[in-house]
Amino acid sequence: MTSAVTTLKPESTHRDESRIWKKLKGNKSAALGFILVLFFVGIAVLAPILPIDDPTGTSWSAIRKAPSDAYWFGTDELGRDILSRMIWGAQASLLAGVVSVAIAVLIGVPFGLIAGYFGGWLDGIISRATDALLATPFLILAIALAAFLGPSLTNAMIAIGLSAMPIFVRLTRGQVLSVKTEDYVEGARAIGLSHTLIILRYILPNVFAPILVQATLAVATAIIAEASLSFLGLGQQPPAPSWGSMLNVAKNFLSQAPWMAMWPGAAIFLVVLGFNLLGDGLRDALDPRET
Amino acid sequence: MYSYIGRRILITIPTLLLVSVFVFILQKLLPGDPILVLAGEERDPEVIAFLREKYRLNDPIPYQYFYWISSVLQGDFGISLRTNQPVLELIKEKLPVTIQLAVMAMIIAFVIGIPTGILSAIKKGTITDYLANIVALSGLSVPNFWLGIMLILLVSVNLGWLPASGYQPLFEDPIKSLQTMIMPAFVLGTALAATLMRHTRSAMLGVLKADYIRTARAKGLFESVVVLKHAFRNALLPIVTLSALLFGELLAGAVLTEQIFTIPGFGKLIVDAVFNRDYAVVQGVVLCTAVGFIFMNLLADVAYLVLNPRLRDQV
Repeated sequence: MTSAVTTLKPESTHRDESRIWKKLKGNKSAALGFILVLFFVGIAVLAPILPIDDPTGTSWSAIRKAPSDAYWFGTDELGRDILSRMIWGAQASLLAGVVSVAIAVLIGVPFGLIAGYFGGWLDGIISRATDALLATPFLILAIALAAFLGPSLTNAMIAIGLSAMPIFVRLTRGQVLSVKTEDYVEGARAIGLSHTLIILRYILPNVFAPILVQATLAVATAIIAEASLSFLGLGQQPPAPSWGSMLNVAKNFLSQAPWMAMWPGAAIFLVVLGFNLLGDGLRDALDPRET
Repeated sequence: MYSYIGRRILITIPTLLLVSVFVFILQKLLPGDPILVLAGEERDPEVIAFLREKYRLNDPIPYQYFYWISSVLQGDFGISLRTNQPVLELIKEKLPVTIQLAVMAMIIAFVIGIPTGILSAIKKGTITDYLANIVALSGLSVPNFWLGIMLILLVSVNLGWLPASGYQPLFEDPIKSLQTMIMPAFVLGTALAATLMRHTRSAMLGVLKADYIRTARAKGLFESVVVLKHAFRNALLPIVTLSALLFGELLAGAVLTEQIFTIPGFGKLIVDAVFNRDYAVVQGVVLCTAVGFIFMNLLADVAYLVLNPRLRDQV
């Protein structure tokens, strides 16, 4: 029965996949984005084995030292090595980006699938709740939730994930509405497959591409949001390193130690740029109108 | 068209009600007991019991919501625990500051974003287009609080051209007000300029392929007339509607900018309220922002309809 339905799916799927891959590989901006992301993931993963100082180790004899051979990125107000804190901070930022988007996807996509597929009153309730959540600006919602949950990196990730979730509900619902009228879905329904099977096997794979693009771009937004919450004191707590909290401290020493502010911001910029370039490249590759 | 606008307004009512429910629940979930703060250091049990009764906190939650929303609809958002001022008064005091910042940011975004978008579209595939895209994507990727810090370092600390923080009301001293607000407005407007540039480019590219543009060129019109009079006017539609949506987002985006430049606006109000557990203020600000956001969404939809005669026939 299943194979009968499979034959109803578009035959060009494999050809499409190879076309998409070819377009993505040929996109120089996406390649640059991929390299940037890979670099930061690399240093975040390798942080424990890299020959760097303890990111929380203070040194009273090295307070606010300018970049030098001994301290490539300089030291902070407690004499901690900024390069080491930057590398460990990459872990917090990337973890926050990926985990919060995973939360948003894991909650948002099922709700979007249900709303789009079943329609009716279920769709009405989910859509109105989504509208209400989308009406509250992302950062304000994240700040309010982070304040309610208490300041910590884990809670910041939950707050960002919940705030980003409505976008995935709306996106998935919209995609399902266009896919569910396709012949292969009608065929699957006609031969009596269960709703769960139809959603998981025939709808979800066909709405996956725009969700992937949105998720990539959402990681960039989530990294900035984590940095913003940490900057406000609602994310990663000291002495654990985080780019946002490093900037929060650095703003008090702008005239005495400007390097304290330069590096964390540059790192946030580069990693976010990487995800944005990659997301844009994915979107272009997956858009059939782009040639 | 009017019936569509009517329907669109009706749809916002359940959304607004749900927003109010979320805001109310959020306040209930916030840690700490506001009554203990109100009761002062002595925490006299009789005073606590009196206050609980006064604020109807012994009633079931749905009743509490009903009393709260009834008060809100009458303009009573409660009293700030920190300043003892009515929340509505605080909002009225802080909102104009943020609106001034948002309007200035919007102007900066228009001045940078739209011409760059047009240039990028007419020079598609050239180095100009490539550079404009890189700059736009960089604008979207740069954290605005870092940009703010870097500008303070460069413009205020090193060059001493502009004040690093502070606020002067526009109508008291316009020059000083503009001096204090120009840097934060630039910071806030950067990401917006990047978004506008990308949308302008995309809209212009779509319009430049249209038949009437080919006709205009065939008639021998100057390229500047073709681009600005024929193409840009038609590409303006999605840009205008997008601007309405972006303005709503600006109010929220001001949170960090106001924090960095110590501007006593709406964004700083909510951050201070969150840290001081000033629940009534958090509720009031979140609710007002959401209402503003919904209103701007509505305005964007209506503007789209008003500006596009073809759509008017379809609704």
